[in-house]
This record gives sequence, structure tokens and C-alpha cells, in this order.
Amino acid sequence: MSIIKTEQLTYIYGENTPFRKVAVDNVSIDIERGEAVGIIGHTGSGKSTLIQHFNGLLKPSAGRVLIDGEDINADKKKLRQARFKIGLVFQYPEYQLFEETVYKDIAYGPKNMGLSDEQTDMRVREAAELVGLDDKLLDRSPFELSGGQKRRAAIAGVIAMQPQALILDEPASGLDPQGRERIFDIIKRYREEKNSAVIVVSHSMEDIAGFADRILVMDKGSVFCFDTPPRVFSRAQQLEQIGLSVPQVTKIFMKLRKMGFDLPDDVYTVKYAERILKERLGGQEKV
Amino acid sequence: MLKDITIGQFFPGSSAVHKMDARVKLVLTIVFIVMLFSAKGMAGLCVCIAFTLLIFAISRIPPAMMLKSLKPIAPLVLITALLNIFFVKDGDKLFEWKFILITDKGIDTAVFMVVRIICLIVGSSLLTYTTSPIDITDAIERLLGPLKRVKFPVHELAMIMTIALRFIPTLIEETDKIISAQKARGSELDTGTLTEKVKGMLPIFIPLFASSFRRADELAVAMECRCYHGGEGRTRMKQMKAGRRDVFGCIFTAVFFAAVIAVNILTK
Repeated sequence: MSIIKTEQLTYIYGENTPFRKVAVDNVSIDIERGEAVGIIGHTGSGKSTLIQHFNGLLKPSAGRVLIDGEDINADKKKLRQARFKIGLVFQYPEYQLFEETVYKDIAYGPKNMGLSDEQTDMRVREAAELVGLDDKLLDRSPFELSGGQKRRAAIAGVIAMQPQALILDEPASGLDPQGRERIFDIIKRYREEKNSAVIVVSHSMEDIAGFADRILVMDKGSVFCFDTPPRVFSRAQQLEQIGLSVPQVTKIFMKLRKMGFDLPDDVYTVKYAERILKERLGGQEKV
Repeated sequence: MLKDITIGQFFPGSSAVHKMDARVKLVLTIVFIVMLFSAKGMAGLCVCIAFTLLIFAISRIPPAMMLKSLKPIAPLVLITALLNIFFVKDGDKLFEWKFILITDKGIDTAVFMVVRIICLIVGSSLLTYTTSPIDITDAIERLLGPLKRVKFPVHELAMIMTIALRFIPTLIEETDKIISAQKARGSELDTGTLTEKVKGMLPIFIPLFASSFRRADELAVAMECRCYHGGEGRTRMKQMKAGRRDVFGCIFTAVFFAAVIAVNILTK
């Protein structure tokens, strides 16, 4: 059974006002347990609005959201359960830190779940370890941490709830390349250890290409396509038409194909590109 | 959602009233209030009503907005009416029951007072409907200009007001985001006892304060980088110019004021 499923999900901002806007338009998707999904789309394509339906922060104007096969908007109890099953990390999560110490802040979610102190303690330490925060840092005020540490502390706050699906909105924005890599390592590790689904929203193809099993491309509130990376990136030209850039390697391969080289159209990682180029160059390892 | 709250009631448009100089509008609003209070009888008040309705029509603000501006003061209007009906004791008796005495003069005064309050609110809300908050602040700064001579920090006050106004929508959006984020971590804002609710507010207020200070800091640096050093020698991007339209507005108001005074004298 899929962990997240939407049926004809539609969300309209400002219904019955002159500012009416359809933010999410008739979206029906399935996300499997343990799956890694990337959601990309241009600014205003409805990706952030869509994910806020997954844990019931927004109520659909039409359609349903099923978590674990249950309609979360059916009653309040289910809604609250859904909040714990689906962990949502907002963009710039470091601005939500509020407790006196990092430890207490990470413990906020598990406490709200009604876990005992021992269980909470275990989860906090586990989450802190996963995101790479030292034990020493746990007793410090979150406002004393560096930017990258704050970001990781905030992510740990959601990870400590051990959701079955972890959703992150632009988790790497504003970080340097090293910081970005670190965040994606955390996401990958969480997925492996908990066998949880992870969903990452981004507008950077490079970030998503490297880790997603499937990519959901949104355009103007609708699903443009929802498929495996090779299939999505083989539609590079269409992607560019809706204002999305494809990874650098894909661009280079597109140019090479135009120049008349017979190369596949679904190259999206440097590793894959390297392998193909080696093959084409006659299997010589030393090029 | 919080975003739906409208702060300031500016209703963008391109009518003659909208295009008038904010300073002139501000002064005329004060003149209008004086006019309203110098009307001595119902007849004079009718002139004021006509004036208010006319300006409303010219400004093309939807009539529904007029009602909206009255909503918050409805209790005040009601209390004024009741007090006057029950406590004015002179005039002809209309109704008497135990200690309750209602006179025709009481009813008259009640109607007069209610109409005056309504006119006052509707008329002065026209200023905020047709002028953006920033323009009003600018106008206040200009009008208070002479106070600079006595070292009153006019420019600083105006700048504080402008910045505050500018950040209201930003902070509302921020609050919305923080609430969503804490809800996603299972906070129960909407349930629980009062103390629990207050405790539930902490995870929202602390990040909000932190980010307000951060924004203030960033803004201060940004202003410093642009060599901002207060009002001294500062010129404006938007120069306020009073034109023919404003002269016409003044004459228009003056005519009605004269009419009110004339009616006052005639009905003496």
C-alpha cells in the first residue's frame, strides 16, 4: 500500500474573492513506502502547497489525501496521527527553533507525540547523531549555533518523530556545496535506516537527480510528469519550456547529440555520463 | 488564515480623490470634522451627509466598504443612542414607565448624535481608503515639518511608522509559516486549557521575535550601506505637489462649510 496517495486533489486560494487562484489542480499521485521522490517545479508551480496537504496543514478544496490508506481529513484524530506519520520540514527550518537548548528543541516533537522521557531521550540522541550534532551542542542554545548547525538541528527536530515519510522543502537552500551534500547525506541515511519514504522539494535538478527514484514535475499547479529520472530528463526540451533547467551534464549531452553524436538522451548524472563516454571511446580506460 | 486580515484599509483606485495630494486630504479631513461639529441642527447635518456621500461617489469606493468601516463602532453608536434616549429629561413626554422617561428631545438628540458619529467615521475613513498608509505617513511628516525647529524628531517618527507599516504583511506571513511548522511538529494550538494555549504560543512568539530582531538588524545594515543618516538634507523620490485638483477640492469643501454656517444662521 502506498504511504501517500492523493485523489483529484485541488486547492484554491482565496475562493470567492477577486484574488482566486488555483494553486493545485487535480493532482492524483501515489508515493510508495520507502520511496525517494523529488518534486520540482518553477516558483509558484504549487509544489509547496501540495506538500502541505500531505500532513493536513491545508485542507483540499476538492479531492482526498490518503495516508496509509486513510482519509486524513475525515476526523481530527486521524489528522493528528497523520502529522506524526508524515514529517514536514519547511524551507529555512532554522527560523522555527525556539527552546532554551538544542536538546529541548529536538524533543518538542516527540513530547507532543506523548512519548515517555526515556523514549524521547533515545530519539533525541539518535536524531542528533544522525544529523551530526555533537553531544556538547545539545546543551547549547539553538541561537548560538552556526547557520548549518541550526539547519541540521531543525531537521533533527522532525527526524526525532521518526515519521514514515520525511518531506523537506528546499532543504539545501542558502547552504554552500559542502552543506548541501551533508543535508542530502542525512536524508539518504534516514531513508536507509528507517526504510522511510523521503520527499524533497527543490527547484534544482542537480540536487534531485542524484537521489530520487522518481521525480514529480509540477507546472502551474498540475502534474507535468511523474516518472523515473532517465525518463524525466529525456524530455529536457519540454522541461526547459516550462522554465526548469536540466542538469549540466544533460545539457552537454543534448549539445553533443545536436552535433551528430549518437548518444542516449537520458544522461543526468556525471557517473552515468562517464561510463557512457568510456564505452563510446572504445573501452579505453586511460583517456 | 492570518493572511486574510487586512491591515490598513487602502483601496487602490484612480479617482480624483485618490489622486489628490495626501497633505491636502489630511487637512481637509480635519476641516470636515470641524464642519461636522459646527453644524448645530439637523439641517446643517444634512449638508454634511450630502458632502460625505458626494465624496464617496466621486472616489468610487464600493458602498459595502462604508458599512465595513462602521462595523467596529456599532456598539459605540448604540450606547450613544440609548444614553441620549434615556437620560435627556427635557422636552415633551412621549413615554413614561416607572423611572424610564423618554422625551421627543431625547429622541432628537439621539438621532442627531448617531448621524454625526456615523458621518465622522465614514468621512474620515475615506482618507484611509483613498490614501496609501505610506502617503499618509509622508503627509504627516510634511505637515509636522515646522516642529523640527523645536527639535521634535519628525522625520524619525515618520520613518518608524513607515518601517512598521512595511513590515506588517511580512511578519504576518512569517507568523503563518511558523504556526504551520510547529503544527507539523504536533503542537496543539487550538485545543487544551488556557494555560496550555498560552504555553502553545511560546513556540510561535520566540521564533517570531528572533526573526523580527534579525530583520531589524539586516534593515539597519542595509540602510547604513545606502548612507542613510536621517532626515537632514534628504530629498524625496516622490515629490508631493498640490495641483488644480487640490485647489478644487479645497473650494468644494469650503462651499459646503459655508453652507453649513449659512444653515446654522438661518435656522437659529
